[in-house]
Amino acid sequence: MTEATPSAAEFDAYLDSIRRLVAEKLIPAEPRLDGQETLPEDLTQLLRDIGLFGISIPTRYGGLGLSMEQQVRVMFEVTRASGVYRARFSTTIGLGSQPILYNGTEAQRQEWLPRMASGEVTAAFCLTEPEAGSDAGSLRTKAERDGDHFVLNGTKRYITNARQAQVFVCMARTDAASKDAAGISAFIIPAGTPGLSCGPADKKMGQDGSATSEVYFDNVRIPAANLVGGREGGGFKTAMRGINHARLHVAVTCVGQAQRLVEEALSYTMQRRQFGQPLAEFQLVQAMLADSRAETLAGRSMILEVARAFDAAGEAQGPIIADIACCKLFCSEMVGRVADRAVQMHGGMGYMRGVAVEQLFRDVRLLRIFEGASQVQQVLIARDMVRHAKA
Amino acid sequence: MKLLVPVKRVVDYNVKVRVKADGTGVETANVKMSMNPFDEIGVEEAVRLKEKGVATEIVAVSCGPAACAEQIRTALAMGADRGILVEHDGVLEPLAVAKLLKALVAKESPDLVILGKQAIDDDMNATGQMLAALLGWAQGTYASKIEAADGGLLVTREVDGGLERIQLKLPAIVTTDLRLNEPRYASLPNIMKARKKPIENVKPADLGVDVTPRLTVLKVAEPPTRQAGKKVASVAELVDKLRNEAKVI
Ligand SMILES: Cc1cc2nc3c(=O)[nH]c(=O)nc-3n(C[C@H](O)[C@H](O)[C@H](O)COP(=O)(O)OP(=O)(O)OC[C@H]3O[C@@H](n4cnc5c(N)ncnc54)[C@H](O)[C@@H]3O)c2cc1C
Ligand SMILES: Cc1cc2nc3c(=O)[nH]c(=O)nc-3n(C[C@H](O)[C@H](O)[C@H](O)COP(=O)(O)OP(=O)(O)OC[C@H]3O[C@@H](n4cnc5c(N)ncnc54)[C@H](O)[C@@H]3O)c2cc1C
Repeated sequence: MTEATPSAAEFDAYLDSIRRLVAEKLIPAEPRLDGQETLPEDLTQLLRDIGLFGISIPTRYGGLGLSMEQQVRVMFEVTRASGVYRARFSTTIGLGSQPILYNGTEAQRQEWLPRMASGEVTAAFCLTEPEAGSDAGSLRTKAERDGDHFVLNGTKRYITNARQAQVFVCMARTDAASKDAAGISAFIIPAGTPGLSCGPADKKMGQDGSATSEVYFDNVRIPAANLVGGREGGGFKTAMRGINHARLHVAVTCVGQAQRLVEEALSYTMQRRQFGQPLAEFQLVQAMLADSRAETLAGRSMILEVARAFDAAGEAQGPIIADIACCKLFCSEMVGRVADRAVQMHGGMGYMRGVAVEQLFRDVRLLRIFEGASQVQQVLIARDMVRHAKA
Repeated sequence: MKLLVPVKRVVDYNVKVRVKADGTGVETANVKMSMNPFDEIGVEEAVRLKEKGVATEIVAVSCGPAACAEQIRTALAMGADRGILVEHDGVLEPLAVAKLLKALVAKESPDLVILGKQAIDDDMNATGQMLAALLGWAQGTYASKIEAADGGLLVTREVDGGLERIQLKLPAIVTTDLRLNEPRYASLPNIMKARKKPIENVKPADLGVDVTPRLTVLKVAEPPTRQAGKKVASVAELVDKLRNEAKVI
C-alpha cells in the first residue's frame, strides 16, 4: 500500500478499541435486536464512529485503507458480537463500495466512496431476483439505453439494507439478446430516484435487526454516467470483485460467530452442574468443546492464509477465487456444527429465547445460503480443480 | 484553559489479578496493562471540555516505567495534545506522584488537573487530594458532572448522602467518578495522528523530587474465600444464628 499505513502497534491499539467496543457495548446490546427490523441508530453510530464503514476504502477516499489481512483481523473481533452488527455495514464495505473502487470512474469514486467510508451513506447491492438466485447470471432486470440515460425495469429480492440505503448498486441486463453474465452491467442508483421503491421488510428465521426486502425498478431513469466504469457488459466482472471480498468476509463472520459460540458454551458448561459436577468435566461434553475449538481455529487459519494471498494477488484475483470459495464453504458449514453443539451443550436452556446461543443458532443458518450457497461453492471449487487438471 | 491529565498504567480491568507466590505483590509479568479506567474518564472529560471550547490544551502525564508511554499514546489518541512521561522504575506511592505532579504544575501552569478518583490496582484514592493539599488549590473529588460557571467550575460530587454541588475557583483539582462520562473508543485515524504528538521524557531527579518509598509492604495475600450461605427455615432461627453463631446481635 502506498498510503500511510498504521504501524503494528497502532493497528493493535485499534484492535483493542474494537475488542472493547464489542465487549462493553455491542454484546450487551444484543437483546435489544430481538424483534427489531433494523439496527437502532445509536448502535449504528457506534459502528460509524469506530470507522467500520470505511475499512475497505482507501484513505484517499476517507476510509481506513486496511489490507484484507487487517480487515479480517478487525472482523474476527467485530463478529464475536451478533452478525447483525456486521450486516449493517457489510453491504457498504463489500458489494457496495468495491465495484465502484475497482471498476468505477474517478468521478463515481469521488462522489460515493467518502460518504460510504464515513457511514453517512449505506449502500445496498441488488443482484438476486425471484427467478435468479444461485444462477445470478440469468437475471432479468433490464436496463435500456435512451439517449444519454438508461431506463431500468425489474424486481430484486432479499436485498440487505435496501430500506436503509441511500444508494443501490444494481446489476441489470443491458444486452437484451444475451442470456448469460456477459450482457450484464452495474449501475449506481441513488435512493429516491423516481420509480425505485422497496417492499416491506422480510420476516426471517433470524438476523433480527438486519432487514432484507424486495426492490422494485419501475421505469427508473438514470444518467448514463451512473453506469459503473462507464462500460456496458462488464457488470459481472464488477460484481465478482465485490463478491470475492464479501465471501471472504462471510467466512470471517462464521469464525467470529463460532468463537463466540465456543465462549458461550464453555462458560455455560463450566457453571452448570449435573450429576454432582460441572458439565464441562464430562468427556462427552469436552469432545463437543474440543471439536468446536479445533474447527474454529482451522477456519481462522485458512482465512488468514487466503487473506494474505488476496493482498498479494492485487488485481489478479483469478487464482484465489476457488480458495475464497473453500473458506466460505468450510467456515459456514463449520459454524453450523459449532452452533448446533453450543445449543446441545446448553440443554433445554439452548432452546429458549433470550439465550445468546439460541439467537446465534438461527442467525448463522443464513451463512450457508447467501453469498453463494454451499453447493454453489462446491461446484465452483471442483470445476476449478478439473479445469486446472485438464490444462 | 490549560489542562493536566495524569494517567496511570494498571493491570487491565478484565484481568483476574493473582497474588505472586512469594506474597510480595501481584503478578504483572505477561499481563495486559491498560490505562486506569477512572483516568480514561478524566481524559474523556478533558477532551469534551476542549471540544466545547472551554479547554485550549490538554497535557497527559504518566509516572512510572518507560512502558507508560503506551498509556500516554492512548490519551493522545483520545484527543490530548501532548504528553509527559516521568520515568521511574521503582514503586511510586501516591505522595511521590503528588509531589511529581506538583513539580509539573509549577512547570506547566495548568488551570485544572483532572485525575481519577482512584486507580484500580491499589485503590489508594489519595493522589488527587494530596496534590490539592500540596498546591493549596480547590478540589472537587468524585465528580459526576463538571460545568464551567462564573469563571470557575461547578462540580457535582457523588457523596454518601447523594449528590453535592460545589463551586470551585480556578486553578483546581478534580477527581473523576464512574458516571462522569463514557470514554470514547479511539479510532484508527486518531491512533495514527497520536504518532506525531510529542511526548517529553523527564526523570524525578529532573523535577527535584525524592520518590523514595515511605511505606513498607509486609505481605500481599488473597482475600479469604467466601463461605457458602445457609438457608434458614424461620425468622426465629435466623435471629438465633445471628445471636449465637455469628454473635453480631
Ligand atoms: C438474509 C439474506 C440476505 C441477502 N442479501 C442479499 C443482498 O443484499 N443482495 C443480493 O443480491 N442478494 C441477497 N441475498 C440473496 C442470496 O444471495 C440468495 O438467496 C442466494 O444466492 C441463493 O439464491 P436463492 O435463494 O434463489 O436459492 P436457489 O438458487 O433457488 O437455491 C436453492 C438451493 O439449490 C441449490 N442449488 C442451486 N443451484 C445449484 C446447482 N447448480 N447445483 C447444485 N445445487 C444448486 C442451492 O445450493 C440451494 O441449496 C440474501 C439472502 C438472504 C437470505
Ligand atoms: C421445549 C421443551 C419442553 C420440555 N418439556 C418438558 C416436560 O414436559 N416435562 C419435563 O419434566 N421436562 C421437560 N423439558 C425438559 C427436558 O427434558 C430437559 O431440558 C432435558 O432433560 C435436558 O435437561 P437440561 O435442560 O437440564 O440440560 P442439562 O442436563 O443441563 O444438559 C446440558 C447438556 O449436558 C449434557 N450432559 C448432561 N449430563 C451429562 C453427562 N453425564 N455426560 C455427558 N453429557 C451430559 C447433555 O447431554 C446436554 O447436552 C422440556 C424441555 C424443552 C426444551
